[in-house]
Parts: sequence; C-alpha cells; structure tokens
Amino acid sequence: MIDKTSLGLLENPGILCYHEESVSLLEKAGAKATATREGEHDAWWVSIPEKVVRQALETVPAKITLGARNPENRVILEAEGNRVHFGSGSETNYWLEVKPETFVSREDGHERIIPVMKRNRGNLDYLCRSAHLSEQLENLDFFIRNVNVQDDDITTENKDVNVFFAALNNITKPVISGVADFDQLEKVVNMAEIIAGGREELIKNPVVSFITSVVKSPLQIVAETAEKLIAIARLGLPVVISTSPQGGSTAPIDEMGMVAQVNAEALAGITINQLANPGAPVIYGAVPVRARMDDLHDMYGVPEFCHYNMDCAQMARYYKVPCYSTAGVGDARVPGIQAAVEKMYTYTAVPFAAPGLVHYAFGLLDKTQTFSPEQAVLDNHKIGMAKFLHRESGVNEEAAERTLKTVQEVMHSPYRMYARHARGMLRRGEIFGGFPFEGDSEDQDQTLLNVHEHLKELEARDKQYLPEEICKKIFDTTPGLLPRLNPYK
Amino acid sequence: MSKELIGKIVDNVLQGRRNKDDEGIEEGMAGEPGVAELVQDAIDSGIDTDEILLNGLSRGMEMVGQKYETGEYFIPDMLTAAEAVEEGMKVMEPHLVKGEDGSGKGKVIMATVEKDLHDIGKNLVSIMLKGAGFTVVDLGIDVPAARIAEAAEEEKANLVGLSALLNTTMSNMGDVVKELEKKGLRDKVKVLIGGAPTSEDFAQEIGADSYGKDAFAAIREAEKLLK
Ligand code: B12
Repeated sequence: MIDKTSLGLLENPGILCYHEESVSLLEKAGAKATATREGEHDAWWVSIPEKVVRQALETVPAKITLGARNPENRVILEAEGNRVHFGSGSETNYWLEVKPETFVSREDGHERIIPVMKRNRGNLDYLCRSAHLSEQLENLDFFIRNVNVQDDDITTENKDVNVFFAALNNITKPVISGVADFDQLEKVVNMAEIIAGGREELIKNPVVSFITSVVKSPLQIVAETAEKLIAIARLGLPVVISTSPQGGSTAPIDEMGMVAQVNAEALAGITINQLANPGAPVIYGAVPVRARMDDLHDMYGVPEFCHYNMDCAQMARYYKVPCYSTAGVGDARVPGIQAAVEKMYTYTAVPFAAPGLVHYAFGLLDKTQTFSPEQAVLDNHKIGMAKFLHRESGVNEEAAERTLKTVQEVMHSPYRMYARHARGMLRRGEIFGGFPFEGDSEDQDQTLLNVHEHLKELEARDKQYLPEEICKKIFDTTPGLLPRLNPYK
Repeated sequence: MSKELIGKIVDNVLQGRRNKDDEGIEEGMAGEPGVAELVQDAIDSGIDTDEILLNGLSRGMEMVGQKYETGEYFIPDMLTAAEAVEEGMKVMEPHLVKGEDGSGKGKVIMATVEKDLHDIGKNLVSIMLKGAGFTVVDLGIDVPAARIAEAAEEEKANLVGLSALLNTTMSNMGDVVKELEKKGLRDKVKVLIGGAPTSEDFAQEIGADSYGKDAFAAIREAEKLLK
C-alpha cells in the first residue's frame, strides 16, 4: 500500500526538479517534464511513471561492500540480510566537554564531585579526536563525520579535503561522508585512491562512501546535490540517498503520509542514480523525523520516529535495496536520564526492521546539535545491549539436546546449581556484562564521572595513523591540506 | 615429581575441574586427570596429606580468591573451584591420620532456619566454606531449631551457620541459640548468621557470635571464630 501511494505521488504531483541533467535522464527513461520558474531558478515538474522506477530498481545491487582501511572492518550490506551496523554522524556544531568539579553541600557540609558541562564550537582537532574515539568503540561499525569544523583556517575550498583526511587518518573502519563542495570531490576521491592503492582497488575496497541529500522535502530535487549524486554514481562508489523530511512541516505527520512521501523521495533519488549509471551501488537512506509541537524543531525520542524509520527499512527490504536508517539521537541537551530514555528506546525498536546501517547512533544530543564523547561511550554500551538483544535466538535443536543433558546432570548433583554451566557461557563471552559504569555511592549517580575516566583511557590509546609514505603522497598531491594534520611533519 | 603433581592440583582447582570428565575454564581439557585423580595419584606416590591440602587444594583456592578480587574470576568460577576442592577432600578423607578427623579448619553445620525455603545464598556459603577447607554438614532448608542443635551435638561441630531470608523467619535463629544453650553446648559451638534481613546488631540481639554479609565474610568470620 505504501509502495502504491509513493508511486502515485511520483506520478502526481511528481517531483519538482531543479537539476537539468536529472530531468533529461528522467525524460529519456519515459518521464514527462514541464518547465517552470521557482523564484530565481529554472525548475521542472517531472511526472515519473511507475515503470521508470521499477526499471531503475531492477539494476540496484542487493549487496554492497563499504570498504575500510583495515579490511577486517569492512561492512557488507545485504538488502535482505539481518545484520544491523551502527555508526556515527552527523555534523554537530558543538562538542560537549565534561569536567568533574568538587562542590560542598550547604545542607550537610559534605564534598561531592559533580560533572560540570561546557559546550565548545566544533573544530578539526575535535574531529580527529572523535574519529580516534570511534576506532576504539567496539560497537561502532562505520564512521560518519560528527563534528562540524569551524576553524579559522578552514574555507569552502579546503574543507572537504581536510575533514576527509582527518577522518581517514584516525580510523580504520568504513568512512561515509557528504561532500560540501562539488569541486572538491575529485581531490577526495584521489586521496581515497592513494589509500586504497589505485582506482580499481578503491572500487573493490571503497574506503570512502558518500551521502547526498539530494532531496529537499517535500519532493524537490536540489541542483547542486543532484550533480554530486550523478558524479558519484559514475565513479561507481557507494552513495546514500538521504532524505530527511520532518513530519508536521515538510511531510505529513501521520505514519502513512510520512512514509509514502519519504519513500517516494528515496525512490526518486535511486532512480536518478541508476539512470546515470545502471548497477551503481546505492543505499536507500531515509531519515524521517517528527516535529516538536512547541517550536517545530526535530524530535527523535518518540514512538512516531520509530514507526517512520521501521516502515522505511521494510520498504527498502521490499525493493531489495540496502538501507540506511537512524536511531539514538537524544533530544536531551546533556547526558542523563532523558538522553538514556530517548536513546535506548530507538536503539531497541529500529533494529526490529533490520536496516543494514543505523547512523546518528553515537553521542548525539540536543537533536543533533551537540556531540558528547562521554555520551558516545555510553551509547556504545547501549548499542551493545541492542545488538545482544537482536542477535540470533538461542533456541535450537542443539541447545535443546544440551539442555536435557545439563538439567539431568544438575538434578543429581549435591546443590542442584547451574554455576558450572553458567561459567562455560561466561568464559565463551555469551553472557552480557551488565552496566560497566556503575558507581558505588548511595546518594549520587556517578555514571558520568566513571564514563569520563574511561574516556580518558580510550583517548590515550595509540593512534592508527596512515603509513608515512601514504601520508606524504596525499600531502604532495592534495592542495589545501593543512600541514598541522600531518602526523609525520 | 611431587612438586609437579601439586602444581597440577593447583591448576585444576583454578580450572574448577572435579575429575577427568569436567571441562575447565579453557576448553578441550576433558579427558585429562582432574583434582580427584590427581589427589589419588599424589596419595599413591606417598606425598604427605598435609602437603596436598596446604600447597595443593588450599593454595589453589587462595589463588581463586585473589583472581576474584582482581575481577578476573566471577562467582561461577569460585563455585566450580570450591566443588573441585570438595572432590579432592573426599579422596583424601580415608587417608587422613587418626586424630586428624579430616575436618580441616573445623566442622560447620549449615542450615536455613525453620519455615524458610531460601537456599541459594546458604548453598553458596556452604560450598565456599568447603572450598576454604572447612568440613560442612549441610542440613538443607526449613530445619527446626531442635534438629540443628541435635546435629551440632552428634557431629561434634565447632560452628553453626544459619541462614534466613525472611523477616518472619529470622527470629528462629534466636531459637537455635536457645536450643544450644539447653543442651549445654553453647560454649563449645559458635553461631554465625547471615541472610539479607539479618545484621550485626541482630546477631548481638539474639546472642549469636557473629554475622557475615556474604560468602567471603562467612569464611573470614568462621576463620576468626575457630582460631
Ligand atoms: C530467590 C528468592 C526466592 C526463591 C528461593 C529459591 C531458592 N532456592 O532459594 C523462592 C521463589 C522459593 C522464594 C520464595 C519466597 N520468597 Co523469596 N526471594 C528470593 C530472592 C529474589 C533472592 C534470594 C537469593 O537467593 N539471593 C541471592 C543470594 C546469593 O543472596 P542471599 O540469599 O542474600 O545470600 C547471601 C548473603 O545474604 C549471605 N548469607 C546468606 N546466608 C548466610 C548464612 C551465613 C551463615 C552467612 C555468614 C552468610 C549468609 O551470603 C550469601 C552469599 O553472598 C529474594 C530477594 C532478594 N533480593 O534477596 C526474595 C525474598 C527474600 N523473598 C521474599 C518473599 C516474601 C518470599 C515469599 C514469602 C514469597 C511468597 N509470597 O510466596 C516466599 C517464601 C518461601 C519461604 N517460605 O521461604 C522477600 C522477603 C521479604 C522479607 N524481608 O521478609 C524477598 C526479600 C523479596 C522481596 N523483596 O519481597 N523466594
């Protein structure tokens, strides 16, 4: 029913497309375009018939590999698979610093250590730290840049190369990212080729994949992003078609309305991508959120968010296209009870629909405005719980046989205790470890203080920089890279 | 030779292997001799029982305790190790010299008091006491005070360990103290209590000798009381 409604929308009203080449690709495939003017810009109303979309879907690869500097960290996405991978994102403006300070209570005169928080503007150094931290978090499977760099020496012309390098030099897991400036795409790809060891190697092991927010909801195709989308499709590198409508403002707020529209938007993006290069690796990316009713900001920790995202993941599965979904954003501004409730809720629910990728999952607070490294460490644990919850069931023939044996044995033992049996599982790592940041105070929650200490240990671990000769080659061939990012200088 | 055997006993206590059929912490050990077989070997090759007890079984258990404290071992590891020690003790029993009745550090009667069915904590304490070298006679659950005193007399016990998990049954612990007094045993038998609703204060109130908050405290207190 969603499929039918979405295809109905693509036919009428169709999409409002601001990108001429996309329009001609669609027209050639059988769509009808009518030129119009939107303010200062040329635009086209494009009515896309069902068969154009279906044909495009036929050429989408159902299996995509996201490459990584360390091949063991590659992520294999299967449209109909059940593996859910969690990653970071998106560009936050602020980095939340936690500082423990000692206070004396006016009531009882006792000293207490309380975490004090401060928001700092994002910069390149924070981005490097975040990528290095992401390398350490065992439940983080892929990296999307999560700090918006606002250094004085960063410009439109040098931003992309520097942020890509900052990420790639600090993490050996798959890196997925948007490109801010079309003219920088080639330099970024060149850098990736050097790391992968050539063009062909990069196609086999795409150490970078891209995100294009090609759709401006409702149902509009943006010129600049469409251009990037087509270019990336022709390079044969994986790309996420990301569309993020807000229920209540840029999309209907009800489940059916939202999902029909966001699904139509994702299909439009995928269609353009496949028309540009049939068989190019493409990922169905839907980031539908709900509006907050008091100020029209995004709202993530609510049941509707789960409905929207789970529906989209099921649609992607239905079309046999790998899916990129979302969970774990806190509406809360700081780590704490509200953040834990909102995050745990979506980490638990969204994977029921088994999207291959779940982004926004580490450290995001204040509806994606703020990144907190302490929160990322906490989220790593929550995601561990979600992964454990959603793993393969332990009920099977072999376990049944084992159970008969165990119970028979224990019933005839002195204390009828299953400790020996539990020990086996404990040692095989089959028992979940419990909350690792538990405090021992009886009158204060010490979680954040303990996480802060653990974060310091993680940040002190060795860096996994690129080898020296590769760094040299990158610096020699990439104009605009800031020398201070070179670890060997 | 003797050093090597004793070392193997220690290793197998650490692995929690009662006998050759058991798996250890590391897999693939089934089939190798466990504590029971190794203790038998040690006795057959003429090693002193004291040596087996002190440098083998007790030493192993001590190391288990240390590993627990550093977070390497968990409760299931402690319990399986204690079971292995118990198995070794069974093999040793007939070979202990007269006068040494095999009670090691002392003989303990353990019981959950009358009308109380909770025994997970009590079993943990029993097994750990055995592992620490005490001889434990466990009377089980829902045991009347008179029966506990009787057993203490029959077994010539040095210590009675009582467990209660209900605030409606904890007062039955006081009855055990009274029964022991009635039999004129109170100066010969110490009383140690435990279980969530009990406390240091409560122990004093009913005239028990000591209270232990968990199985480790139980070992500590028992050792103190029987010194
Ligand atoms: C498991 C359990 C049961 C099981 C017992 C199974 C079994 N094989 O033991 C079953 C289901 C049978 C049960 C029944 C009942 N239970 Co119940 N049960 C529990 C529970 C959840 C856990 C107890 C436990 O095993 N803990 C784990 C062990 C390892 O800890 P532990 O027993 O405290 O032992 C440690 C220490 O206390 C100490 N220790 C213990 N004994 C000794 C002895 C010595 C000498 C020393 C030194 C130390 C020591 O060392 C141990 C190891 O560290 C507790 C809740 C709780 N949090 O305690 C309720 C609890 C004890 N039960 C309770 C109740 C009310 C009942 C029932 C009345 C329920 C009912 N309405 O039917 C019945 C009573 C049955 C009866 N007549 O005894 C209440 C008691 C309230 C109170 N203060 O009186 C509790 C506290 C639950 C609650 N919050 O309401 N229960």
